[in-house]
Amino acid sequence: MPTVLLLGAGSDMAVAIARKFAAEQYDIQLAGRNAAALQPLQQDLQVRYGVTATTHDFDATSFGSHPAFYNSLPVQPDVTICVFGYLGDQEKAQSNWEEAAAIINTNFTGAVSILNIVADSYAAKGQGTIIGISSVAGERGRQSNYIYGSAKAGFTAYLSGLRNRLFRSGVHVMSVQPGFVNTRMTQHLTLPPLLTAQPEAVATAVFKAAKKKKNILYVKWHWKYIMLIIKSIPEGVFKKLKL
Amino acid sequence: MQKRLANWGNYPAVASDENVFTQEAQLRKFVVSNTHMIARGNGRCYGDASLGEHSISMLRYDKVLAFDKENGILEAQAGVTLDQILDIIVPHGWFLPVTPGTKYITLGGAVASDVHGKNHHVDGSFSGHIIDMDIITGNGETICCSHTAHTDLFWATCGGMGLTGVITRIKFSLKKISTAYIKQTQIKASNLEEVIRLFDEYKHYTYSMAWIDCLQKGDSFGRSILIVGEHAAPEELSAKQKEAPLKLPAKRKLSVPFNLPSFVLNTFTVKAFNWLYYGKNYKKEMHKVIPYEPFFYPLDAILHWNRGYGKAGFVQYQFVLPLNKKEGLVTILKRISDKGWGSFLAVLKVFGQQDSLISFPMEGYTLALDFPVRNGLLPFLDELDEIVLQYGGRLYLSKDARMKQEIFWNSYPNAAKFAAIVQQYNTNNRFVSLQSERLLLTK
Ligand SMILES: Cc1cc2nc3c(=O)[nH]c(=O)nc-3n(C[C@H](O)[C@H](O)[C@H](O)COP(=O)(O)OP(=O)(O)OC[C@H]3O[C@@H](n4cnc5c(N)ncnc54)[C@H](O)[C@@H]3O)c2cc1C
Ligand SMILES: NC(=O)c1ccc[n+]([C@@H]2O[C@H](COP(=O)([O-])OP(=O)(O)OC[C@H]3O[C@@H](n4cnc5c(N)ncnc54)[C@H](OP(=O)(O)O)[C@@H]3O)[C@@H](O)[C@H]2O)c1
Repeated sequence: MPTVLLLGAGSDMAVAIARKFAAEQYDIQLAGRNAAALQPLQQDLQVRYGVTATTHDFDATSFGSHPAFYNSLPVQPDVTICVFGYLGDQEKAQSNWEEAAAIINTNFTGAVSILNIVADSYAAKGQGTIIGISSVAGERGRQSNYIYGSAKAGFTAYLSGLRNRLFRSGVHVMSVQPGFVNTRMTQHLTLPPLLTAQPEAVATAVFKAAKKKKNILYVKWHWKYIMLIIKSIPEGVFKKLKL
Repeated sequence: MQKRLANWGNYPAVASDENVFTQEAQLRKFVVSNTHMIARGNGRCYGDASLGEHSISMLRYDKVLAFDKENGILEAQAGVTLDQILDIIVPHGWFLPVTPGTKYITLGGAVASDVHGKNHHVDGSFSGHIIDMDIITGNGETICCSHTAHTDLFWATCGGMGLTGVITRIKFSLKKISTAYIKQTQIKASNLEEVIRLFDEYKHYTYSMAWIDCLQKGDSFGRSILIVGEHAAPEELSAKQKEAPLKLPAKRKLSVPFNLPSFVLNTFTVKAFNWLYYGKNYKKEMHKVIPYEPFFYPLDAILHWNRGYGKAGFVQYQFVLPLNKKEGLVTILKRISDKGWGSFLAVLKVFGQQDSLISFPMEGYTLALDFPVRNGLLPFLDELDEIVLQYGGRLYLSKDARMKQEIFWNSYPNAAKFAAIVQQYNTNNRFVSLQSERLLLTK
């Protein structure tokens, strides 16, 4: 059976993705900051779908531990999905370096650190799929979340470069650009229902798009056009908007 | 963030913040640092039992932890819904020991309402099948309780409407089946007397319930259809069904996309009943083998059917009267049909004996029907409450949105004992719902 590695496996989106791949008979490796807390999910995947699931300690921001983490996995995964992320507190991050660094290190530096290792391994084997969950927030900086947004922008650019580099080695890289998703990250925000996806819908979209080797996936599709419009607003106008 | 929350009856609706949990540590932290919260499953109780100032959504606390296929034991977190459980267990030849008339409820909700099914007279309510369960109580402690451990907490939690704490894990036994089909028999009864006699005649059947036409008067008063069933044996299936006896044919779901004017649903049920009663078959008794879904969950085939009652919502009225008080049933049904406000159809069922602290069922007749919300409805239901009380009956808390507190305290014989156990585990008034405030069970 093929195996998927989920980095940041405790989030609602990751649970939905794990279940979708397990339903399609993939074995699942669950990696997160607290492996013990992932045990109920591990059991759930085994009982519901009859696949093998394992749990692993992984912290995106302890960069030095990443090589050992990846080498100690019981089998090399065929698909690696980078789900972890940290929205943080924009206002705090503007003046508190620790908060800003946490946002940047989780969303960008940590992702680069672990995916560099995965990419080399896949390039050497000449196969594999890397999926990164970035965000539409990375497509244009807005005053309300530009630290998170710029870290995601970095991640999106990284994924695009990686896709370019690995194309010839037969390794596929997919960037996922969700708009709003109904998860713990957003439970205290008021989200427009029509533009908000459920984690299960994200999971199905990710699975299907990965099968079709899509490069960039927007969920929901409206976001592609919304971002086209947002990106086309001249900077002189944009800077005056309250976004 | 404040959201508008309402349960299945769309009445009442309140502003509440919804807090979603996936891990025990987060949940415990929330419990010990807040007050006036109430656990919420899938919001399928009709009234205000799972509405409160802060709500704890259990829907993502939904991991299935273990399934013993040899002995038929399932262990899961409280937010898993019954429909997900059925998908897991039925293909392996197991079924829910007790199921309500919808599969879109959570395990936690099944315990907190101590739900009953069409097999109550044979298998009792859900609590009888629990092996053990974990509850996070008011001081943040997780207590594992069962029929033999922490029994006070166990019995105050079964049917306790979330007031002892948050149920997090439940382990329970399943029922063995050899097919996913039900051998069903429908019997027409021309009046209430007859259907009550038929219930007795057919009481050896595992499952039974009746639809009553509430509009008939005179000789046809209580005209009804009794539906009884058994899990079908493999040899009872058709050739097509035999190909995969534990698999159901795939089906598409219809949905009511928005609130409809309330006459629509009534017209629909009238048609459905008449179709059953007079439909293609004039025989008194009809037999067929059908998938378990239409047998147990006929209304689930139409998602959001509650919107058929319109914006104002509806209340469901369900009461139980002791076996020797069937004249009470006549009195109440007459009042309802005279008023002409109730739904056209009511569901009648006979409960077997039940020995529990605060659960709804007791040996007798239970009747459930819907009333669209309108002016004058609440005083009318208060009148009905008095009759129920007078005949020694009580109302189902899970359907209740409006009962006066004295009705509750006078009709549930163990109310005071229940309240005392709640006080013990519900430290600092952590768990409070609109219902518990209304019934003066919490402060
Ligand atoms: C179409 C339909 C048919 C029905 N048929 C029947 C029937 O035949 N028999 C029957 O008995 N009932 C029946 N019901 C009622 C339903 O089974 C109960 O109301 C059930 O409790 C709903 O569960 P829920 O998960 O939706 O919980 P909710 O409606 O959200 O909550 C119900 C109660 O459970 C508590 N609760 C939920 N989760 C937890 C938890 N984890 N810990 C502590 N407390 C919790 C809530 O606080 C609340 O008091 C029916 C309902 C519908 C809509
Ligand atoms: N929700 C949205 O609207 C939305 C929109 C666009 C993009 N996204 C992106 O989608 C992804 C999933 O988001 P979500 O909404 O499900 O968010 P979430 O519930 O906040 O989950 C974030 C996950 O990241 C993990 N994580 C945080 N820091 C970590 C670290 N240092 N090491 C390892 N794991 C870490 C968390 O682990 P713990 O469980 O240990 O805390 C958590 O599982 C994120 O990348 C997010 O940026 C979300």
